[in-house]
Amino acid sequence: MADAINEKQSEIKAINKIAFSQRLKEYKRKPLSLVMYLIVVLAAALSIFALVFLIVYILVMGVPHLTPDLFAWEYNSDNVSCMPAIINTIIITLLTLLIAVPFGIGAAIYLAEYAKRGNKLVKVIRTMAETLSGIPSIVYGLFGMLCFVTAFQWGYSVLAGAFTLSIMVLPTIMRTTEEALIAVPDSYREGSYGLGAGKLRTIVKTILPSAVPGILAGVILAIGRIVGETAALIYTAGSTTGLVDGVMSSGRTLAIHMYMLANEGLHTDQAWGTAVVLLVLVLGINTLSSFIAKKLSSKK
Amino acid sequence: MRINRIKEKAMQGVFFLTAITSIAAVVLICIFLFYNGIPAIAEIGILDFVGGQKWAPTNEPASYGILCMIVGSVYVTAGAIIIGVPIGILTAVFLARFCPPALYKILKPATELLAGVPSIVYGFFGLMVIVPFIRDNIGGNGPSLLAASIVLGIMILPTIIGVSESAIRAVPESYYEGSLALGATRERSVFKAILPASKSGILAGVVLGIGRAIGETMAVILIAGNQVQIPSSITDGVRTLTANIVLEMGYSTGLHRQALIATGVVLFVFILLITLSMQAIKSRSEKNG
Repeated sequence: MADAINEKQSEIKAINKIAFSQRLKEYKRKPLSLVMYLIVVLAAALSIFALVFLIVYILVMGVPHLTPDLFAWEYNSDNVSCMPAIINTIIITLLTLLIAVPFGIGAAIYLAEYAKRGNKLVKVIRTMAETLSGIPSIVYGLFGMLCFVTAFQWGYSVLAGAFTLSIMVLPTIMRTTEEALIAVPDSYREGSYGLGAGKLRTIVKTILPSAVPGILAGVILAIGRIVGETAALIYTAGSTTGLVDGVMSSGRTLAIHMYMLANEGLHTDQAWGTAVVLLVLVLGINTLSSFIAKKLSSKK
Repeated sequence: MRINRIKEKAMQGVFFLTAITSIAAVVLICIFLFYNGIPAIAEIGILDFVGGQKWAPTNEPASYGILCMIVGSVYVTAGAIIIGVPIGILTAVFLARFCPPALYKILKPATELLAGVPSIVYGFFGLMVIVPFIRDNIGGNGPSLLAASIVLGIMILPTIIGVSESAIRAVPESYYEGSLALGATRERSVFKAILPASKSGILAGVVLGIGRAIGETMAVILIAGNQVQIPSSITDGVRTLTANIVLEMGYSTGLHRQALIATGVVLFVFILLITLSMQAIKSRSEKNG
């Protein structure tokens, strides 16, 4: 992908190679063009600055507060340790993936391998998946509270949080898996059929293994969303401090912990430290995802 | 052989079932929200609920009007769009047309990465940096419509940049070359030939940004002030629909709780309208292109 873009850009350059002095002359004749160019560069610089400033500022303010206390195993109101919250986050993430990944992959297999082109139902499924990906997390949170916490009487629990999140990340996993399945060349399918394998065997033994990196990139992207999520969890998994004990107990994830610290405003130092942990975690997860996706596309 | 056939059919059925979970999920979300929210709207009266300016659920008699929150959500979203969209589109123009390839290799992954920064981190940044800045230099208490607009504007930048850039790149190169051949400068060609042609793609990005901004919750709570009022200046505090739900859901009971769920219903309807218009834009651009 990136190579294709680079190629295109060098092509453009070859057509429109203008010397700097020539361009300057042109700008003299058309000063408005120069103004437009400067505005574009300024806007780009501004948005890059805003985004870089955000990250650098948080790192600079937060890294000095990354004390061993912040990572103590036990939470108390003195150390405001984020360690239990990190472990809770891992538990909720695993549980969510356990629910969402089979459904997401299954749905993608149906859409990519079984559904016939132009099928009305497929259109509906796609529209619904798109609708799901547009729903804000607070609405998921409300739904989770009404459905899992209240109607199913699970109370504020890790399980309710995981179910809520799994609906939220389902469209992400579905879409990336479907793209990965479509990218598998048809010759693989034909080869497998030619050797006498049935459809199911072809999917399980040939198509899925070669689509694994794409699926993995999608799953990791979903993990990034789960780790950073707050609004969907606050009234489903709750915000109890400390380590969860069992899936039916309430526990706060790292993002919720961050929100609580920021909202209380009592432990500003620890909040900065926690912000660094959260930021580095999510950016690291997303970098891993795009790294895998890139590796995949460069192989082809 | 027969067992194989049965297995094939059974697994096809299983895959089909997983495929319709997304339909089931949307239907379930609609049922639960509407079932719990509509009775409250009926009890309060739709005009009093959506058009009422007074939100005092603990008063006797209580009043449940969410007009201030609707206005708050609309203002905050509009503010985010005013700040984020022009800068985002111009940045996309830069990335797609003017950026040196070496710089592009750094900037592109950076903007993509920033789309993943958790909203709570944006909110905390706004609370610690932008709110004090507004308090010291512009006036007001700090947490305000302006603070929320700035933070949300930054937050939707990656979305707008990403979608707009791919829309700009999708315009055939011949448009640009034709314009150059007619004697236009590079800038004129980009703004007069390429941008108009990528209009619907950019619009899709803007709509996506609107959806993100209106649904944002945790960042807004930290920086918008949350006063129930129709703001008279940009340094006044506002409360959005999303903030209203999270702030009061913890301790609400009875009709108050139902009214909060109904607030969620109003938000949900907003989002459905945005999603619908998004799909309309998409299908129209598919027809044209």
